[in-house]
Amino acid sequence: MGNHMIDRLILRPLLLFFGPTSIVSLGWTDTFVIVIYFCFVIGIGFYLMRYAKTGEGFFMAGRQMTAWIAGLSFVAANLGSLELMGWAASAYQYGILATHWYWIGAIPAMLFLGIVMMPFYYISRTHSVPGYLKLRYGEGASLLSGVSFGFMTVLMSGINMYAMALVMKVVLGWDIHFSIWVSSLTVMVYVVLGGLLSAIFNEVLQFMLIWLGALIIPVLGLVEAGGWSGMVDKIHANFPGGDYTHLWRTMGSFQDNPMGIHWTGIVFGLGFVTSFAYWTTDFLVVQRVLAARDLRSAKMAPIIGSAFKMMVPFIVILPGLLGLALIPGLVGEQQAVATGGHSYNEVLPLMLARYAGPGLLGLGVTALIAGFMSGMAGNISAFATVWTYDIYKPLHIKLSKNEGTDAHYVKIGRWCTIIGVFISIGTAYLVQQFASIMDYVQALFSFFVAPLLGTVLLGMLWKRTTKEAGFWGLFAGIASSVGMWAWVKIDPGALRIIALSEHAKDMAENMYRALWSWLICVGVTIIVSYLTAAKPETELVGLVRGCTQIPSEGDVPLWKRPIFWATVIFVVFVALNILFW
Amino acid sequence: MVGPRSISIWFFIGILLLIYGIAIFAANISDYFWPPAEHTVVLWQLHFGVWWGVLLIIIGATYFMSFRPWKKK
Repeated sequence: MGNHMIDRLILRPLLLFFGPTSIVSLGWTDTFVIVIYFCFVIGIGFYLMRYAKTGEGFFMAGRQMTAWIAGLSFVAANLGSLELMGWAASAYQYGILATHWYWIGAIPAMLFLGIVMMPFYYISRTHSVPGYLKLRYGEGASLLSGVSFGFMTVLMSGINMYAMALVMKVVLGWDIHFSIWVSSLTVMVYVVLGGLLSAIFNEVLQFMLIWLGALIIPVLGLVEAGGWSGMVDKIHANFPGGDYTHLWRTMGSFQDNPMGIHWTGIVFGLGFVTSFAYWTTDFLVVQRVLAARDLRSAKMAPIIGSAFKMMVPFIVILPGLLGLALIPGLVGEQQAVATGGHSYNEVLPLMLARYAGPGLLGLGVTALIAGFMSGMAGNISAFATVWTYDIYKPLHIKLSKNEGTDAHYVKIGRWCTIIGVFISIGTAYLVQQFASIMDYVQALFSFFVAPLLGTVLLGMLWKRTTKEAGFWGLFAGIASSVGMWAWVKIDPGALRIIALSEHAKDMAENMYRALWSWLICVGVTIIVSYLTAAKPETELVGLVRGCTQIPSEGDVPLWKRPIFWATVIFVVFVALNILFW
Repeated sequence: MVGPRSISIWFFIGILLLIYGIAIFAANISDYFWPPAEHTVVLWQLHFGVWWGVLLIIIGATYFMSFRPWKKK
């Protein structure tokens, strides 16, 4: 979701800034903390190897995860190191507006996944989101979604890997090749050994480390700034006239806020389409929840995840705001290169270096590495599952005319993991040579996400949706998204039509493009559904609302029910938005 | 969690945090008693490393003891 921003804010500038100096230097305790971390994640992989001998064990973690483990892993798979650095930099540049990507851009969608969609994913016993599409629409839509997801996932993983290596070069002075190979081979070892279970266990460990490493900055930053009000006063003193601490007040017009976005773009483009598309249909995150041990755990996992997601701005956005208060004068990257100063892209490591003494610095750096590895393990394990079950298995059955054994698919899954890591490494080196590839891969990724939401939602909630409609709706949505992107590239004046204003910036364009492509997907799916024959209801059992018996929670006490906790989280979400209005 | 004899992830987290807590505490405690002439970090007088080390030891020990595999059920 934040890839364009990460690219613009972190990668390009770092390419310009690339130099021999580093922001921090590590002592022996810091190095010890980092080395122990690597030993631990590999050790966990070796320990869990014994539980990853069957397909269910390797690809679905035995479907034995508690709601807490699945929920934490669900959030951790999304919490990459570039996410941490990118959004801290955004907070320095745009203020608290960056929080929209954590609150309205995540919480409603995560709650919707838990309450409305999870029963169908879970009851259908699918291995993946493309797997659900196969059950609901047949192989056309499933293959289109599986192939695009598989390729895009490893390519994105490579781009993130290169970006992380650049960050490590700038922050610590580490060699790029060293960072790429050590981190990716570590992920490969523990995912090959323990499959999804190992990825999930390590994600929970990494989630704890991210919090304990990153929490140092807001805690000491608030002490130094004199609390929240002291921080706000300092920001006003440093930037008179600027509004950096209100979420909605400046959203009335494209020109009133530094993001160049209108509230309709945030609410409908981000809050509905982009966010729902990512959190409810991106298999990278959904896979973690499918590994839950029962339906109630599967419903609770995204709800627990949403509670933690709502707190992430404390370790990501707040350090950026504290930077505005305590280290004003950070500038854009080009200006920093020209003047030899620091840019706002480095706000997180600068704040870390400001407060973290021996050992704490190592913990903070471990948090960044852990963030990267949890994201990469998510990508790789999801890639192995989709490639094995949704692409390889149908082809294998068609060509060899036999089903294939469970052990065979586990072996293929392990090979897919290894191949996925090497494609990622190859992509990282390719990006190093041709930086413009990042633009195209990220744009390509964005083309599929919003239309896929339309296809999955209509498939789950409307029994009249037909097999042909699923394929053509998805295809039309993707094609229209590509078309709109190309139109703006060829004629920048088209921005006025697609993003509703010539003042709209990149982010606003992405939001509106997602919204239109989703609407086109939904429109085409509905029209084609009425023109083609519907599936008999008996074939939709377990897949569609109205045809599926969802187990009653009548005997579960109120405080243990997912809907109760979803309501609590939603009330807190609304209250936070009002508090920071 | 994954089988009748499997070790909980919280036990692993407990061990790691315990090791980290001890290392960070040990690396910072000397500054607490003998503050150096030059300070490299802001708010050094709070000795945050010592307290963070103690916090990690407490969390780590709690997880370690609560989820130890040899604990009688």
